Amino acid sequence: MGKVKLMQGNEACVEGALYAGCRFYAGYPITPSTEIAEGCAVRMPQVGGHFIQMEDEIASCAAAIGASAAGVKSMTATSGPGFSLKQENLGYACLTEVPFVLVDVQRAGPSTGLPTSPSQGDVMQAKWGTHGDHPIIAIAPSTVEECFRLCVRAFNLSEKYRTPVIFLMDEIVGHLREGIEIPEDGELPIVNRAIPADPASAGHAYATKEGQTVPVMAPFGMGQRYNITGLIHADDGFPTNSTDIADSQVKRLIRKIDDNLDDILSWEEKDLDDADVCVVCFGGTARSVYSAVETLRNEGVKVGVFRPITVWPFPAEEMRRIAGKVKKIIVAEHNDGQMLLEVQRVTGLYDKIGFVGKVNGTVITPEEIVKAVKEG
Amino acid sequence: MPSKLIDKYFREDHLPHIWCPGCGHGVLMRDVAQAVENIGLDKDKVVLVSGIGCSSRAAGYMDFNTMHTTHGRALAFATGIKMARPELEVICIMGDGDASAIGGNHLIHAARRNIGITAIVFNNDIYGMTGGQYSPTTPYGEKGTTAPYGNIDRPFDIAKVAEAAGATYTARGTAFDAVRTTKLIEDGIRHKGFSVIECASICPTYYGRKNKKGSAVDMYTWQKENSIPVEKAKTMSPEELKGKLVVGKLSEDDFPELTEQYQAIIDRVRK
Amino acid sequence: MAVTNKKLVINTKWCKGCGVCAAFCPKGVLALKGEKIQAVNPDACIKCGMCEKRCPDYAIYLEEVQ
Repeated sequence: MGKVKLMQGNEACVEGALYAGCRFYAGYPITPSTEIAEGCAVRMPQVGGHFIQMEDEIASCAAAIGASAAGVKSMTATSGPGFSLKQENLGYACLTEVPFVLVDVQRAGPSTGLPTSPSQGDVMQAKWGTHGDHPIIAIAPSTVEECFRLCVRAFNLSEKYRTPVIFLMDEIVGHLREGIEIPEDGELPIVNRAIPADPASAGHAYATKEGQTVPVMAPFGMGQRYNITGLIHADDGFPTNSTDIADSQVKRLIRKIDDNLDDILSWEEKDLDDADVCVVCFGGTARSVYSAVETLRNEGVKVGVFRPITVWPFPAEEMRRIAGKVKKIIVAEHNDGQMLLEVQRVTGLYDKIGFVGKVNGTVITPEEIVKAVKEG
Repeated sequence: MPSKLIDKYFREDHLPHIWCPGCGHGVLMRDVAQAVENIGLDKDKVVLVSGIGCSSRAAGYMDFNTMHTTHGRALAFATGIKMARPELEVICIMGDGDASAIGGNHLIHAARRNIGITAIVFNNDIYGMTGGQYSPTTPYGEKGTTAPYGNIDRPFDIAKVAEAAGATYTARGTAFDAVRTTKLIEDGIRHKGFSVIECASICPTYYGRKNKKGSAVDMYTWQKENSIPVEKAKTMSPEELKGKLVVGKLSEDDFPELTEQYQAIIDRVRK
Repeated sequence: MAVTNKKLVINTKWCKGCGVCAAFCPKGVLALKGEKIQAVNPDACIKCGMCEKRCPDYAIYLEEVQ
């Protein structure tokens, strides 16, 4: 058993990243994610890594991707308007298949919004924020412990699938302080991207073997000397106008995620065996939901929780299975109904789904959830 | 079979390049290869980063570790590469709009940090890839498709902007004067801190036609006749220098390089 | 020491016919024929190599020959 430490979610994210092997951080100050930059500024040189404060959010995202192309696991973190600015190069990393972790500590928007207030308003932006069809993985922690452990998982998935992973925190978990158990070295698995045995003779960087969807390429500097481009490219990494290649490459990017849902998806189910009502929630809001469920169960109300941990890809099969068992679904999220759209879409049930949301910058309370469940 | 230099530093199966007949970019790209050859760098350790635009296509042709990034962001990506792996030789090739409009913020901050990257700007005074819009270096009064009545913005002097922002080596060459420009690029790569080599290119297709500058030969002839070596320029008045290209090494100083300073921090905190 | 010499080589496949090499050749060795460059006066060539340095398309160069 590791040491127990009291820390903030943002700090736990930093420690989780270091545990995962992250050795490069580029960022720009923005509330409520700034503690991640501050933490990395202190911690990176201590572990032989590098921290840099860039001139803006766009540059921070670019620098993180550059560092990763050179073979160093990297991260950038932001909030609110900064997440909008990251979108340009997030798409670049999707297409060029450079792994990195982008932390978004969500705050209330739109625009500058309520900078210090909690929100979960970036659910759809995480999925569709950058232009063009692309795959994305987004992971939402609900506890400080998860800020550590799931950050490790975010890096592992990023490395394994050579894709950016969004660590979709929110102000509630980012600024929350809890005691967490720091895993011992070796306790959590660490995944490093696959590298060809002999980079100099490895051939086309973006070629994939039959039945595989993730290319194996060496970082810059190891002798493979390939080209990376944000233009649609062939296996050799060079731009092409071939419609067939464009089709196969973009679809391969999407299949990288879609064909591996068993490995990627994670969620939590609680008290659902006999439940009449299922509350769907994620991230910081889950804390109020768990409290409400406890209250309701004590009163004999048969209510349970479905908590997607991978917000993207969304655990659609599981959601459908649960929807078939319960009489009512209530989606509780800190926005005006974003995951709600996905729950409606994947279940096709509209009348059966209720909603508790908020856009005023205050947290959703357990009482509000209790009330919603009781009112049906 | 191409020349030895081209054979060694270029991906021949991607040549001839897409640039127009007479375009200065091809000459400048060769200068970059010649500079690398003169220094004797290991190709495996050279990273060439470009942005978007005509100039950015250089990354695809040259046989290094190459990264064709997003518009204006080459230096931001390059900063991550250099910071994470300081042992790599990082060179950026950018266009004038790429480096000084959409990428202007990255240019001044890379200069301010004095990170050991060589920034080479292929400056043709126009947005070529999109068909001839005026750029931050289009001379006052000249035309572009978006300045049909003449440009009323004052142009940037990219080398001066970089020097003012803290670049510790700045120079200007021309596509015509390949020998001088190669030497300036070579010295820029050898320089430890952030170096900027502004290379006056020519765009006969858009800038030339739009502004009635004649053929590629006419435009190179103009460069030949209007380039003033920096030593000579020092003896000339601002009026005499109007409309001229001052070429040569423009500034140099020895402020400590960023990644070396960061390594000192790592060494200090890990003691 | 082996006697070395230099030979002018033209790759017409890569030549885009801009005429820059011919215009600045100090000895009038080169000329455009149709849309491609040719060495019309090869004996006058002094092997200065400036055509190679100025060709935007790497279509002309001096090759070392034994």
